[in-house]
Amino acid sequence: MRIAVLSGKGGTGKTFVSVNLAYAVKDIVYIDCDVEEPNGGLFLKPLIEREEIIEVMEPSVDNEKCNGCKKCVDFCQYNALAYVNDQLLIFNELCHSCRGCVLLCPEKALAETKRGIGQIEYGKSADVKVRTGILNPGEANGIPIIQKLLRDAAQEKTVVIDCPPGSSCAVMESIKDSDYCILVAEPTLFGVHNLSMVYELVKLFDKPYGVVLNKTVEGETIAEDYCRENNIPILMRIPYDPEIALLNSRGEIAAAHKVEHLGLFEELLGKITGGCSLETTSCTKW
Amino acid sequence: MKIAIPAEGQNLESQVNRSFGRTPYFIIVNSDTMEFDVIENQAMNAQGGAGIKAGQTIVDSGAKVVIAFQCGQNAADVLNAAGIKFLKAVPGTIFEVVEKYNKQELAELTDVHPGYHGRGGK
Repeated sequence: MRIAVLSGKGGTGKTFVSVNLAYAVKDIVYIDCDVEEPNGGLFLKPLIEREEIIEVMEPSVDNEKCNGCKKCVDFCQYNALAYVNDQLLIFNELCHSCRGCVLLCPEKALAETKRGIGQIEYGKSADVKVRTGILNPGEANGIPIIQKLLRDAAQEKTVVIDCPPGSSCAVMESIKDSDYCILVAEPTLFGVHNLSMVYELVKLFDKPYGVVLNKTVEGETIAEDYCRENNIPILMRIPYDPEIALLNSRGEIAAAHKVEHLGLFEELLGKITGGCSLETTSCTKW
Repeated sequence: MKIAIPAEGQNLESQVNRSFGRTPYFIIVNSDTMEFDVIENQAMNAQGGAGIKAGQTIVDSGAKVVIAFQCGQNAADVLNAAGIKFLKAVPGTIFEVVEKYNKQELAELTDVHPGYHGRGGK
């Protein structure tokens, strides 16, 4: 089973939920798809076994062979090419590595070159396999790293995917092959707005989903109301607790410190894997 | 001189558009005769790289001068490679702006922004 953990903004507790769930499940693969700022490793503290550089294809031009037909320029859907003054200009940061220009060029003036955009760390933390995607600073697109992370884990039995924040392409890539989506949200007006974004997304993808409300406070019911109005199952409520915040700020896993916390995450797992015995009315189809 | 100006409409009475890459039209004016052609900007709704595509359109039109309010880095790279001169627009119609060009009242456009896509934010 592949469980994706996502939220409409950063700082709601995606990594908190992901690493604690991983700790509770034990025999699981934890994948950090938040490649711009991966931080699950700070909690799981894996022993890194190997690293792999992730490269993308980029076209390079032989201006001697190029006759300026501009077929590649017209073909490129990302407008990464221009032909000016008898020279092909290549804007690498817009290239999506589709290879179309290389295939299309009648003069064979374009060749494939490679550029490293980041890396994946493969490690282990007790029984948890930890895989961390890291995008190099200044790079615009981490999706090739996310694709490799998920491809590598295709045969694994249980996987938790710590997604990037928001509802962008990188998040869609992270959830598209998941079996279940956990939406982490804060119980504030802003939190509800962000929840609505990822809620729309998982509906578009037709994924089973449920919400974890983090940092709940007595009397703040706006997120609860939103979930009830939209028939969104609430899987778990984590009360605002300075002790959890302190543990988190020290890079500790809450479930490893208190049996009550561990119990909460074991229960969360049970709700996800156990089918439709959820608190609110409906459970989306499996 | 052949001048390209991003325009909101399809004639000389149209206002200059605020954007270069995502303007609906370009008007290519001969500043000596005021004869003009209208080009629909195919880059207007591009997901990314609008400045590059619009820049290519201008290069292919044969214009030697662009008058616009602003320009992104990628568009500037394309226009610079073609040796096209870039002047800063002032509010008004295309006709009025070309008149100002003829009186040499327009300044060079120097404040190239980093672009809203691709290189955006760098």
